[in-house]
Amino acid sequence: MSPEAAILLSLGIPLAGAALIALAGRRPNLREGVTLATAGLLFLTVITLLPGVMDGARPEATLIEMLPGLPLRFEVEPLGMMFALVASGLWIVNSIYSIGYMRANKEAHQTRFYVCFAIALASTMGIAFAGNMLTLFVFYEALTLSTYPLVIHKGDAAAKQGGRTYLGILLFTSIGLQLLAIIWTWQVAGTLDFTAGGILAGKASDLVVGVLLLLYIYGIGKAALMPFHRWLPAAMVAPTPVSALLHAVAVVKAGVFTVMKVVVYIFGIDLLAASGQNLWLMYLAAASIVIASLVALTKDNLKARLAYSTVSQLGYVVLGAALATSAGVIGGSMQIAMHAMGKITLFFCAGAIYTATRKTEVSQMAGLGRVMPFTFGAFLIGALSIIGLPPLGGSWSKWHLMLGAADADQLVLIAVLMISSLLNVAYLIPIVARGFFLPAAPADEPRPVSARAGAGAGAAAAPKGGLSGIREAPWFCVVPLCLTALGCLALFFFADPLYRLLEPIAPP
Amino acid sequence: MIAAHLPALQVVVPLVAAPLCLLLRRGGLAWALALAASWAAFAIAALLLQQVLSTGPISYQLGGWAPPWGIEYRIDVVNGFVLLIVAAIGAVVLPYARVSVAHELPEDQQATFYTALMLCLTGLLGVTITGDAFNLFVFLEISSLSSYVLIALGRDRRALTAAFQYLVMGTIGATFIVIGVGLLYMVTGTLNMLDLAERLPPMAESRTVLAAFAFLTVGTGLKLALFPLHFWLPNAYAYAPSVVTAFLAATATKVSIYMLLRFFFTVFGTADSLDLATLENLLIPLGVAAILVCSTVAIFQTDVKRMLAYSSVAQVGYMVLGIGFASTAGLTAAIVHLFNHAMTKGGLFLALGCMALRLGSVQIESLAGLGRRMPLTMFAFVLGGFSLIGVPLTAGFISKWVLVQAALERGNWLVVAVILVGSLLAAVYVWRVIEVAYFRPGARDDAGEGIAEAPLSMLIPTWILIGASIYFGIHTSLTLGVAERAARFLLGGGA
Repeated sequence: MSPEAAILLSLGIPLAGAALIALAGRRPNLREGVTLATAGLLFLTVITLLPGVMDGARPEATLIEMLPGLPLRFEVEPLGMMFALVASGLWIVNSIYSIGYMRANKEAHQTRFYVCFAIALASTMGIAFAGNMLTLFVFYEALTLSTYPLVIHKGDAAAKQGGRTYLGILLFTSIGLQLLAIIWTWQVAGTLDFTAGGILAGKASDLVVGVLLLLYIYGIGKAALMPFHRWLPAAMVAPTPVSALLHAVAVVKAGVFTVMKVVVYIFGIDLLAASGQNLWLMYLAAASIVIASLVALTKDNLKARLAYSTVSQLGYVVLGAALATSAGVIGGSMQIAMHAMGKITLFFCAGAIYTATRKTEVSQMAGLGRVMPFTFGAFLIGALSIIGLPPLGGSWSKWHLMLGAADADQLVLIAVLMISSLLNVAYLIPIVARGFFLPAAPADEPRPVSARAGAGAGAAAAPKGGLSGIREAPWFCVVPLCLTALGCLALFFFADPLYRLLEPIAPP
Repeated sequence: MIAAHLPALQVVVPLVAAPLCLLLRRGGLAWALALAASWAAFAIAALLLQQVLSTGPISYQLGGWAPPWGIEYRIDVVNGFVLLIVAAIGAVVLPYARVSVAHELPEDQQATFYTALMLCLTGLLGVTITGDAFNLFVFLEISSLSSYVLIALGRDRRALTAAFQYLVMGTIGATFIVIGVGLLYMVTGTLNMLDLAERLPPMAESRTVLAAFAFLTVGTGLKLALFPLHFWLPNAYAYAPSVVTAFLAATATKVSIYMLLRFFFTVFGTADSLDLATLENLLIPLGVAAILVCSTVAIFQTDVKRMLAYSSVAQVGYMVLGIGFASTAGLTAAIVHLFNHAMTKGGLFLALGCMALRLGSVQIESLAGLGRRMPLTMFAFVLGGFSLIGVPLTAGFISKWVLVQAALERGNWLVVAVILVGSLLAAVYVWRVIEVAYFRPGARDDAGEGIAEAPLSMLIPTWILIGASIYFGIHTSLTLGVAERAARFLLGGGA
């Protein structure tokens, strides 16, 4: 398969999948079969592009000229390659998990759910492979619109409210700020192609660079940099597989990916560092990292806590971009992959806990670890990766970010990164500790809801503390979360290929 | 032989069809004739535009009388493009009309309806094609009078007051225009637009010419629902029959915008003292106000048709902004938006007509659960709504892109902000409908009867327009290319 065909196919496959899923709507097994086949096929197609990109090839494909001089164009470069691999790979596990979760919780409108999921993935591929800013923007908006039905899946008042916040903030930032920045860039630079070294050098004054940077950074609302982060906790009303999609696979990753792309290929890190405009961005990112972690500490709702954790972790990527040094950019880019793997594990665990026990608050989770060892074990691994401890993938991105901060002589930021890791420990580890070591409160009478739990009530292991009847979630839920937990481990040992893939975007 | 007379046929075909429709008396027959006439008009318009694009402007002397005495039809890129828009909308709307009109009007009024519709088409095409200022007024009256009739045919009794209101405002507008034309005739002794353009510059200082300019601007402003002269429009659109709303929304205001372009840039364009920079001070504030005020008002409407009507006034604001910049980029934006908005709003009103056919009402509440019961219609509405907002890959995005660029070129940050805020306001009013239609269960959901998809004769025209508003969001070489040529032509000295 020629690389050009592979690029177009990676957009076409999920779209074709969406159509087939819609057609198979009345037969759930066939429908889910189509989802899995589409996801697998997509991943294989994306993988075929990898060897070439590793060797320095930059395959491209042009669809049509949308505006004079501005075609819809795709070009695969290392950053996009990594993002596409992460998104398409995690879609497979996410689909398996979705099947378990959606069926166990008897969610309605499942066909709509899978169709929108596939469209969202097609949009994500478009973002990953976009060859110019206009193309990226087109798919960025498509991603917003295709995930909206997923966010308000439940359709009740709370879901609608959450959906409004979601759409409101994302549309406001993208149309109000980002589009303006894009048109301005076009006006100043005469091109929107992603070019190594940037397109603004010598064309924009430091002030213009600063204003444009501000417009881009806040215009990319999906990156959830405070204070435009509210949509992310609001979207927590969605079913857990959607949260995983938002937090790990596609949406926020598309945001920080776009930030990275803009910094590396529109501004160029040399221009940014020379203009000095990256300083304020560093401190904004640092503030977002610390404040969001502090907020996460106060949240008792598990998903809300994880959501603020995501806001904080996304700050790392923005920080990496703002450092505008080679190590910073590479560390920030690695963080996209590392955080994806860690956070998807945590969300899968949160969903598995909900499916098995209907518990959503951290304070209710005492003793659960002993009846759900796989889930809580995986949660521990995911949490350690987010914190950044070896031997887990997350440690590498923190390592490179620290190096980058040192290169930029920003000792304060090194301190911020360390404090943040401590805060991560403070809000993630108690969840696991509570699950394994605290006895369940006797008053806390959990009602087994899942059908399987009800059937096996008598045989369930833990008689102590009113945990009778609770057992692991369906295998469709548990296997994916174990896989992603192993993935966190694997990323530690196989970080080198990832580093070699990313190195060309910011040669030291 | 026939080819040489295409300009005359463009107007004559629908004009002849009009009385014949009345003679046929039967609704079905009248419809068939009107359909044939509108398709013929579309074919003629397409041929004319093609001819203009390849060989330059066409001058046609009506009845063989040379211009200063006779009436000249003059087709260049600008009005060739507008002719195509008007004729295309006519050709798409008529197949749709059969079922919709049969549903909304009694049998004995249907022949009258098609007669009025054909007259209206004649008038709009005539205004666009003519190169004679007084002839323009005559056609304007033909289109206006017939549109009063069309609006008054609406089922709701309030259609009568709406038509009356429009009649009063429209007549004032037409009177202003005829006064303006009269004043110009008084000082120059000619009615031919090209002659006017030649003779005006030396006497541009005279108060008479200035007064003529003012009368023409206000008169045209009334006809195109320029904020704050728009009060007739929401009622007229809301209570007219569905077909009429779609037809007028997509054509009448567009032709008025064309009149404004013609007067400003062809007739007065060569007069230096009427410094076009002053336009900026007049039109831009009005455009800004239209976008902000009317988009906001649209958010609070409970009748979706009325909501879209306010949205139309706001969208006219975008075109007026583009004209106000008086630059190539600005005029390109205005002209391309004229086309894009015609497709989008036409498609949206047709989709509403489908809903009106099945539901009997387009109050926002009654749309609950419609995403499930009329999926094709509702999805067409969603895509049209996206185009109003300016989501990428829709025609609306292209318009906004070009317009923001024009504003940036002028360094007018306020306008840039307003355009983007306007998009967001559009998102709010479009989303209200989407939320109700898709995420609120309908009252009759369980019964599962009564509400079915609209017939194909209505769905296909709706989708043609919505499809066009997507297509021209992706392939823009035709629309943007022609619009830019037209803009250069208008600024290039008026000839």
